[in-house]
Amino acid sequence: MNFETTIGLEVHVELKTHSKIFSPSPVEFGVDPNANTNVIDWGYPGVLPTTNKGVVADGIIAALALHADVEQHTHFDRKNYFYPDNPKAYQITQADKPIAHDGWVEVDVDGVKKKIGIEEMHIEEDAGKNTHERDYSYVDLNRQGTPLIEIVSKPDIASPAEAYAYLEALRQRIQFTGISDVKMEEGSMRVDVNISVRPVGQKKFGTKTELKNLNSFNYVQRGLEYEEKRQQQVLMSGGSVRQETRRFDEKTGETILMRVKEGSDDYRYFPEPDLPALNISDDWIKELGDAMPEMPTKRRERYVNDLGLTDYDAMVITQTKEMSDFFDATVALKADSKMAANYLQGDVNAYLNDNHVDLQATKLTPANLAGMINLVSDGTISSKMAKKVFKAITNGEEPKAYVEAHGLVQLSDPAKLQPIIDDVLQANPQSIEDFNNGKKRAVGFLVGQIMKQTHGQANPQVVNKLLMTALKH
Amino acid sequence: MANRINREQVQHVAGLAKLEFTDAQLDAFTPQLDDIIGLFETLSEVDTEGVEATSSVSDQLNVMREDVADNWGQSQALLKNAPDAARGFIKVPAIIDESEDN
Repeated sequence: MNFETTIGLEVHVELKTHSKIFSPSPVEFGVDPNANTNVIDWGYPGVLPTTNKGVVADGIIAALALHADVEQHTHFDRKNYFYPDNPKAYQITQADKPIAHDGWVEVDVDGVKKKIGIEEMHIEEDAGKNTHERDYSYVDLNRQGTPLIEIVSKPDIASPAEAYAYLEALRQRIQFTGISDVKMEEGSMRVDVNISVRPVGQKKFGTKTELKNLNSFNYVQRGLEYEEKRQQQVLMSGGSVRQETRRFDEKTGETILMRVKEGSDDYRYFPEPDLPALNISDDWIKELGDAMPEMPTKRRERYVNDLGLTDYDAMVITQTKEMSDFFDATVALKADSKMAANYLQGDVNAYLNDNHVDLQATKLTPANLAGMINLVSDGTISSKMAKKVFKAITNGEEPKAYVEAHGLVQLSDPAKLQPIIDDVLQANPQSIEDFNNGKKRAVGFLVGQIMKQTHGQANPQVVNKLLMTALKH
Repeated sequence: MANRINREQVQHVAGLAKLEFTDAQLDAFTPQLDDIIGLFETLSEVDTEGVEATSSVSDQLNVMREDVADNWGQSQALLKNAPDAARGFIKVPAIIDESEDN
């Protein structure tokens, strides 16, 4: 039996606004529990929420970044449920007229390009955070009311690898708009996954299961791979898949039954009476669209077609907007684009990984990186010397000043090198004779002597050229 | 009785609201709720032909505030009203279901 797989992803993206979606409470992390909450967040009687304009703007920006149609007559709905992480006993979300619909992103899996559709995206409030200890749970409502965008995929994703690629494309595009950090490890991007399989040719979708505890893109892919196989085996052995929620076990890579879903949820949605509807104008959409930064796919095209980078280089440079902006700024300062790409992927990424920092938190600047690359390009310093200079620019030092202060200047001037070469030749007649007798090793010895005389500062290429000319006369 | 709502539905709605009713209460509430729904049914007598559906009865539109943070410092006052609190958290009986769907 051959199967086809259908995967659905619901991605929650936490927005980087200053204040919450319906109250002016600050949105910030690492503060005392319940420090950033007020009566609106707690849903006290008589309070009135007011929509944060920044959240609506971010929703429009996300819609534009994901090629979705903005729903210009949009409103909020109330979703009723009891849970301690939400003292109002309802979440304000969008069900009937979400802010955008029918978007898409393009993914590339093993060289095959595919458009994956986005059903709809809506803006809503986050819930609080519970921590569990023996007999009690502890509730912190700082996160309650933090703005979220939920992005719901169409049933277009046909493999775990496509799911991974879709998430990566979403993450990048949202990251480039700057509306969210979209970091799964920090909870600013969260993924709910469902998957079903059906025999090829069957019209009706198979019964889907939901997966929880997928805390990285890798886990999403691995969890889906396991679940895909498990469902296939259930069907092949004549069984049927139950509608259930399963938990991914990071250690074993298996999915484990959490609970079987009985009946459908009953959230009793209705239009949120406390919040007037929104009428989004063409002008506002245009204004936000005009201010949108260039998206990663466009940048990659530019890097490959105009700057001669490889697809791989372009992909690594466009992992984050900060890296891509840094690259653009470095190249704008006349640094060789290939060298700039190499340094960013190599030394810079290694530095970021070793120190667990983001690029924008370092003392590295495009001006200093370009300065260093230009010193290598014009032969002032060797690429070996550049290693030392790189260390200096991570401390915010200016490369030219550093090179001069530490005498790192490479000796490339033939007028200065020629007398040294002449001296070395004069002092080593045996080597000249060896060379004339076909012993190529003699050249290495002479270069070594010249490097010694110049304290390693001679430009090896120039020395080689001058030396060969001298030897052949 | 017009049977607009039955006993099971009343029990289901009560469950959603975390309420528990005795048999006698269910017997009493079911016809009462049925009457209430009946009262609302008079609304359907209004001719709405050609009238666009609305999500709101308010004529306000686009009421938004700028994205400016303001901490009202109500944490302590709010925690005083919580059933129990510890270390700045609201303390509740252990939550077993970790669904946290939203």
